[in-house]
Amino acid sequence: MGELRLMKGNEALAEAAIRAGCDAYFGYPITPQSEVLEYLSREAEARTGMVVLQAESEIASINMIYGAAGAGKRAMTSSSGPGLSLMQEGISYIAAAELPCLIVNVSRGGPGLGTIQPSQGDYFQAVKGGGHGDYKLIVLAPSSVQEMADFVRLGFDLADKYRNPVLILTDGAIGQMIEKVELFEQLPKGGTYQKPWATTGKTKNRERNIITSLHIDPKEMEKINLRLQAKYREIEEKEVRYETVKLEDAEYVLTAFGLGARICKKVVELGREKGYKIGLIRPITLFPFPKKLFADIAPKIKGILDVELNAGQMVEDVKLSVEGKTRVEFYGRMGGIIPTPEEILEHFEKIFLKGE
Amino acid sequence: MDETIVKTEEQEFLEEEICVAENLVYRRPKTLTDLDLHYCPGCGHGVVHRLLMEVIEEMDIQDKVIGVAPVGCAVFAYNYMNIDMQEAAHGRATAVATGIVRVLPDKLVFTYQGDGDLAAIGTAETLHTCNRGENILIVFINNAVYGMTSGQMAPTTLPGMVTTTSPFGRDVNKMGYPLKMTDLVAQLPGTYYVTRQAVNNAGNVRKTKKAIQKAFQYLQQKKGTCFIEVVSNCPSNWKMTPVESNKFVEEKLIPFYPLGDLKSPKEETK
Repeated sequence: MGELRLMKGNEALAEAAIRAGCDAYFGYPITPQSEVLEYLSREAEARTGMVVLQAESEIASINMIYGAAGAGKRAMTSSSGPGLSLMQEGISYIAAAELPCLIVNVSRGGPGLGTIQPSQGDYFQAVKGGGHGDYKLIVLAPSSVQEMADFVRLGFDLADKYRNPVLILTDGAIGQMIEKVELFEQLPKGGTYQKPWATTGKTKNRERNIITSLHIDPKEMEKINLRLQAKYREIEEKEVRYETVKLEDAEYVLTAFGLGARICKKVVELGREKGYKIGLIRPITLFPFPKKLFADIAPKIKGILDVELNAGQMVEDVKLSVEGKTRVEFYGRMGGIIPTPEEILEHFEKIFLKGE
Repeated sequence: MDETIVKTEEQEFLEEEICVAENLVYRRPKTLTDLDLHYCPGCGHGVVHRLLMEVIEEMDIQDKVIGVAPVGCAVFAYNYMNIDMQEAAHGRATAVATGIVRVLPDKLVFTYQGDGDLAAIGTAETLHTCNRGENILIVFINNAVYGMTSGQMAPTTLPGMVTTTSPFGRDVNKMGYPLKMTDLVAQLPGTYYVTRQAVNNAGNVRKTKKAIQKAFQYLQQKKGTCFIEVVSNCPSNWKMTPVESNKFVEEKLIPFYPLGDLKSPKEETK
C-alpha cells in the first residue's frame, strides 16, 4: 500500500506531479488553484530538481510548456477558466506540434471573471477544442482527491504515449476539498518514454529536429490533419474510461462527470432506497467520450438524466451517442451553485415518474 | 577496370591555383542548409542568418545550440539553420526559449524575432524574459515595418514614415511613438549584454558578427540575457531598391536608433 495522507485536491495534484517525475511546472496564480504553484514552489526543487517558475501570464506559461515539452521534458501547467482561455492559442500550437504535456483546469463559474466557486462550464472549451483548428486534447475528469493524484500520472503517460496534450478538467470543489489519498511511489524524473524528436541540440549522428506547426503547402497540411485525426480515432478506440454504478438492472440512468458524479452517486443511493431502479454512468475520459456505452445501453432503458454544473454541455455528447434511442433530459445549476442530491432526485421524479 | 582517375568538374576547379585556402574569402557555413533563401533580394535577414550560423560553426557549438523562430518573415528560419529549432507562436519566442533553457540549462538558446513579434505582440514576454535574466540570446531584427503581412506600421516605424496602415505617415499623436525596446531592456538588471548593430554595410556586418560571438560566449558563461538589435531594411515594403534601402538605414534609421553597446559587461570596457 502506498503512503496515506490527508490532502487538499490541489495539493494532491501537486504532490503527484513531483512523484510522476515532472521536469518542469510553469504557472500563474489564479483562484481556486494557486495551491498547486505554492506547493510546488515549496517542495519540488529540493526533492527532484524539478523546475518551478511563476510566469508573467498564462500566455507565457503555456508557451514555456511548449518549449520545455519540445525539449523532451515532462512539463505541466495549471490554471482556472480565465487562465485557460488565455492559453488556448498555445494549446492549439502544442496539439499541432504534437508535444506531450499536462494542463490542469481547476474550473470556476463563468463566463467572464465570473466567480471563484466551482463550475463545470468549461466542458466545451476542454472537449471541443477551445483554440483554433481541428485538434483534440485527451481530457480526464477526476471526482475525488485520490483521482487528482492518480490522473497526473495517467495523464503524463497518455501524453507521452500519444504525443498529445492531456487536460485534467476538475473544479474548485475537488481542488479545495480535503480527503484521504493513497500516493503512488516516486517515479523516475522525466518518465521513461524515448523522445528522439526533441530539440536537444543537433549532434553529428542525426538530422536536425524541428518543432513546428507551420505547413504552408495545403497538401502537406491536410496530410498532417489526417494523421492527427487517425491518432484521435485510435485514442477513441483504446483509451475510453468510465465508471458505472448499479447499471445492471437500471431502468433510468443518471450521467455526470467530476463533482456532478460525486453528487449523483448519493442520488442513486437515495433513489434506490425509494425503490427506483436507477444507475449512474460517470465518464472519466471526456475525450474520448464513452459513446459506445451510451449507445449500447440506450435501447434498454427508459431515460437518461444528465446532471452538470453548467447550462448543459456534456448532454450534447450524450444525445449524439444515444442517437435518439432513449429520452435524454438535463438538470444543471450554474454560476458556482452546487446542486444537492435531494434536489436532483426531486427533479428526476418530476420529469420521469410524474411526467411533468 | 581502368585505373585512370576521372576528376569531377568540381575537383578540377578546386585544384586550380587560385582556389587555395589563403585566397578563400567566403564559403557557405556547414551550419546553413543548402536551400535558397525565400527572402527578398537585398533583405538583411539572409545576412544575419549567415552570421549566426558562421559563429556557431566557428565556435563548434552546433550540438549545443537550440534556436527559436518567430512569426514574421523569419518564420522559416529553421529551414535554413542546420540546428535544432522550435517555431513559436507570434510574440512568444522568449517564453518558449525560457521553457527550453530552464530544462536544458547547459544549452545555448537563442530567439530570432522581428519588430512586430518582439516589440508589439510579444512585449510582455520580452520584458519579463529579460527581467528574469534568462540565459538566452535575443536577436531582434528591426526594419521598422511588418514584412510578412506586407508593409503595415510596426511599433518601431519612424515618425512620419509611410506604411500601408500609416498611409499619410506615422502620426505620433494618433499612432503613438516608436518603441525603443533595446533602450528599455538595457535598464533591466537581468540583461548582461545589450547592443544595437546594423547590417547595411560591410563594416557593420563585421561588428554584428562580433556581437553575436560575444553573446554566445556570455551564454556559455551563463551570464544572463544577451540582446542584440540589428537595424535592418525591407526593400520590398519600403518600395526601394536594396541600395536605396541601405541608404535609408544609414540616413534615417540609424540616427533614430543609434548603433553601439547600450550595456556591456564591465570587464569589457576599457
